[in-house]
Amino acid sequence: MHGPFSASTELDQLLQHIVNALMLGGTYALLGIGLTLIFGIMRVVNFTHGELYAFGGYMIFFLTSAVGVNFYVALVAAMALGVVLGALIELVLLRPMRGADIDTTMLIMIGCWIVLQNTEQMMWGGVAKSIVSPLTTEPLTIGPVSVAWLRVFVFGIAALLIVGTYALIHRTKLGKAMRATFQDRDTAALMGVNVNAINTATFAIGSGLAAAAGALLGAVFVVTPTMGDLAALKAFAIVILGGLGSIKGATIGGFILAFVEELGAGYISSGYRDAMGFLLIIVVLLFKPTGLFARAERIG
Amino acid sequence: MRRSLPFLWIAFLASVPLWLGDPYFLHVLITTGIFTIAAMSLNLLLGYTGQLSLGHVAFFGIGAYTSALTSLGFDVNIFGLRIVHEPWPVVIGFVMGIVVAGLCGYAIGKLSFKVRGAYFVIVTISFAEVTRLVALNWVELTQGPLALNNIPPFTVSFPGLGEHTLWGKVPNYYVMLVVAVLAYAVIARLVRSRIGRAMIALRENEPLATSVGIDVTRFLVLAAVVSAGIAGAAGGLYAHFVRIIDPDIFLFIYTVTMVIMVVTGGKGTLAGPIVGGLIFGILPVFLRAYASPVAQWIIYGVLMILIVFFLPRGIVPAVRAWWENRMGAAAVERTGAPIERAGADAHS
Repeated sequence: MHGPFSASTELDQLLQHIVNALMLGGTYALLGIGLTLIFGIMRVVNFTHGELYAFGGYMIFFLTSAVGVNFYVALVAAMALGVVLGALIELVLLRPMRGADIDTTMLIMIGCWIVLQNTEQMMWGGVAKSIVSPLTTEPLTIGPVSVAWLRVFVFGIAALLIVGTYALIHRTKLGKAMRATFQDRDTAALMGVNVNAINTATFAIGSGLAAAAGALLGAVFVVTPTMGDLAALKAFAIVILGGLGSIKGATIGGFILAFVEELGAGYISSGYRDAMGFLLIIVVLLFKPTGLFARAERIG
Repeated sequence: MRRSLPFLWIAFLASVPLWLGDPYFLHVLITTGIFTIAAMSLNLLLGYTGQLSLGHVAFFGIGAYTSALTSLGFDVNIFGLRIVHEPWPVVIGFVMGIVVAGLCGYAIGKLSFKVRGAYFVIVTISFAEVTRLVALNWVELTQGPLALNNIPPFTVSFPGLGEHTLWGKVPNYYVMLVVAVLAYAVIARLVRSRIGRAMIALRENEPLATSVGIDVTRFLVLAAVVSAGIAGAAGGLYAHFVRIIDPDIFLFIYTVTMVIMVVTGGKGTLAGPIVGGLIFGILPVFLRAYASPVAQWIIYGVLMILIVFFLPRGIVPAVRAWWENRMGAAAVERTGAPIERAGADAHS
């Protein structure tokens, strides 16, 4: 702590934490955006979100190791399969329950979560699986900070997907219909928006984003059957931070959570890393229950 | 007849160890009973006030850890302040567990009832996760993942007969049964009183209830305190029966187990959690010959979805409706519909 040498290592450490937080924040934002879209448009508290995240991880593992597919193709395929699984869940479990209260659909989602998680455990066992990526293990070194190329790649893809989702919501006809449904479901239906189709599309897109986050982080860390539990809870934390239904809020919330976790783990206590987010939610809800970035709450 | 029915049930349950020879099955019944008590306490919040608290396992775990640590003793250092606690009798630990869990219920109730719906659900889950991580990381107090071992079993002392330590399953069964009956009596008394009617009014229509002068937060916090205290009692029973607890006791899956019990049996009915608790407590005994634990969970998940689809109000209200249909409307008029039925009917 004294002298120029240790001061610079302190700074280097901080920079390293910031780089790690950026990588983590990108994937957290994907998780959060998926969940907030589903809540905002469908008013479903989606407990399967974490399982779709785990599903993405398992799909990229399965495709690269057992089928022998190229890593990049497997990543795209994992996301596409997440979209398909999401659409199926919506069609089979949620569509028949339209109009049911929020607690009822929540219970169905919890049931579905249990089924998905245990099916993963049955198929691949409880042992953590690691994914081999084709990227060089030689880290990218910029000045004092070194970061694995895989993490740079993960951040790049996450950023691309975030921008893509923004474009989808704000620049396409589907996005316009989604925003209309978000604002007023009945009026949107009167204007000719097929609300059923919007629900399916929303759940599929949200699930695809979760699967993408799982595939990306699964490649950085490992894949386990219970990886979805903390991911789901963190996604809820992110969505609360940003305000339910706000995509911009979820993006910023994802990065805030990543920074709080990374800096908290680095400077306070690494054991409480995962608790940081929950403490953050409790604090936010106490002082600003509508989230940090929500304007007037549109969702009733 | 109607008044003596509960006593017949208690007599039946009390007779179980006399004719049930299988110690494994008795063990299952004790843990089933413990989780049923927890489910009954959750039902007070979920069924009567309509608040989906998904952090309920926190109170169960806090009760278990408080009771275990009070009876085991501990030696911790908090910011330079050394606190040494000598072991106390188990009964005092058990009461402490209830009190501490109740206090936590008060604090969490005060904080989280500022928000409703999805926000409330997430605050309660967050609370449970934080308690789990504290149990995992405060190794000095809780031994972290190494678990608290050798937790002493209950002791009872009768005047003139000296003190007895309850090592066996049969006495533990009776301890569980006494706590279960007391918990049931407290909940039944509460929901049939003015307070219970206020809670049901809140569940059905909060703005309307507020407009007739019901103090929403006060009743919700009261429900949270009672509910947390009873869950803490269940946790204490668990700690001194199983005699080893680790931070996994706080896992979200246990809250889900309680929710499944309540929803299957029928939320907002007194008998619901007991029916659901017995089904999901005893089902594993029959399933384990055919299905691995993982496959059992898949079956529970599917059952939960099917029940929400086809029996959204749960088994007890469905059976009651069927029975009353058979008996005819006149019989219902004569016996007088119990209060909780009125609530359950309006809630569909």
